Amino acid sequence: MQSIDLSTTPLREMNATLQAQKDQTNATHWEIHNPRGAHAIAVGLDAPIEVTVRGSTGYYCAGMNKQATVHVTGSVGPGVAENMMSGTVIIDGDASQYAGATGRGGLLVIKGNAASRCGISMKGIDIVVQGNIGHMSAFMGQAGNLVVCGDAGDALGDSLYEARLFVRGTVKSLGADCIEKEMRPEHLEILRDLLARAGIDATPEEFRRYGSARKLYNFDIDNAAAY
Amino acid sequence: MCGIVGLFLKDKSLELQLGALLTDMLVTMTDRGPDSAGIAIYGDRASAGAKLTVQSDQADADFDTLAADLGRALGVEISMRRKDTHAVLELPASKVAEARAKLAELRPGMRVMSDGATIEIYKEVGLPKDVAQRFALSAMTGTHGIGHTRMATESAVTTQGAHPFSTGADQCLVHNGSLSNHNNWRRRLRREGIRIDSMNDTEVGAAYLTWKMREGASLGEALEGALDDLDGFFTFVVGTRDGFGVVRDPIACKPAVMAETDQYVAFGSEYRALVNLPGIETARVWEPEPATVYFWSH
Repeated sequence: MQSIDLSTTPLREMNATLQAQKDQTNATHWEIHNPRGAHAIAVGLDAPIEVTVRGSTGYYCAGMNKQATVHVTGSVGPGVAENMMSGTVIIDGDASQYAGATGRGGLLVIKGNAASRCGISMKGIDIVVQGNIGHMSAFMGQAGNLVVCGDAGDALGDSLYEARLFVRGTVKSLGADCIEKEMRPEHLEILRDLLARAGIDATPEEFRRYGSARKLYNFDIDNAAAY
Repeated sequence: MCGIVGLFLKDKSLELQLGALLTDMLVTMTDRGPDSAGIAIYGDRASAGAKLTVQSDQADADFDTLAADLGRALGVEISMRRKDTHAVLELPASKVAEARAKLAELRPGMRVMSDGATIEIYKEVGLPKDVAQRFALSAMTGTHGIGHTRMATESAVTTQGAHPFSTGADQCLVHNGSLSNHNNWRRRLRREGIRIDSMNDTEVGAAYLTWKMREGASLGEALEGALDDLDGFFTFVVGTRDGFGVVRDPIACKPAVMAETDQYVAFGSEYRALVNLPGIETARVWEPEPATVYFWSH
């Protein structure tokens, strides 16, 4: 176990150390102490290492992650796991706005609540939130899965492309072109797998599925008067 | 981008540390707002009844015989404490309006930052740590306070454009965001007789709340009204003599974190601002919901 204390090590040095780890490193377990809300902790990692951040972070924690597993024991500020490519990011507390934004792959697990714009423009990432999510979540989501064990706020899935949305609780309102869809066996299978990987005990059959009505894909001349 | 900090004490034993705690929070928010900084602090009640905090760019000349000149003009005794470019005048509450008018004649270059029984406002252009040092903010005591670090977008980088803004006795407001319908509201509120000194959008937000409360609204009701009537982006933190309120617009893209313990309610634009508060490890920490009014009072 390697340990880095941010009260004595500069942030850039900590990130450079983690970013320098190679696929075959022996230093596979890292602990970051005293994050004290600092920004951009454990960003741009590209090795199969495990990083535990003891405390709460500020903006952009674990952004652009590849391969690594980043576990934050507190809460995170805006933009956690932004543009994640692969790997796993686990947040024990809450996440602020635009968690997992534009993520292309990997798994983001939020054990608390996520604020507004969770999964905005998601492009393949899987996001599992144990609590609730805020408004405008999955806005323009293109691919991947967003699983919400609690409730969703206003305008869920506005202007959605092909991301799949699963919500167990209530949805305050659906955004433009987002509709409830039939939950078929293959969706229950996806959901079962995601819940198991997130370590969350929930029954897939309790969720509803939402997706794109695919009416906004192309400009429709009949809508011209609306502009 | 701007930084906001606020601290509303429930535990009287922390009152001596209010300035020190707020200064630490304020300086942490420097990179959200390095062009100017300000603080509103609710301290000791004025023994004469009211306090006027005034500011001058020619402080030496303006403050020299200020208390005596104003006292003579008003026919009352006035005491003065100077802090760098600011001074706090104490006078009977019944004389505040008259004092404002006389000050405009006696010292045309001077600005009134605030009036009220307990409020004092200090704000200047410069880095937050330098502003805090000039006014010895960390030595100040009180029941609650609100600070702001500014990165200007909507009006000039001047003392007058710095936050907090005060448009009514013991009231103040700080803002992260920008209002888009402030010109219209400035005209309406001036017609209603509300004092607005600058072209700054935030001052209109403060004046709106002053108007609502003058019409009988509570702080909570005034903040609810702001959600309906003000257009734009805002996270507001508001102080009154015994109250502390927070509201975010429905889009809520301006960040906000709150913490509450048995000892205090704290606000920060980021969690970083809160990390040195006593007991933060076990505090209830949350992000205020969009379009939701939060307020506390003593």
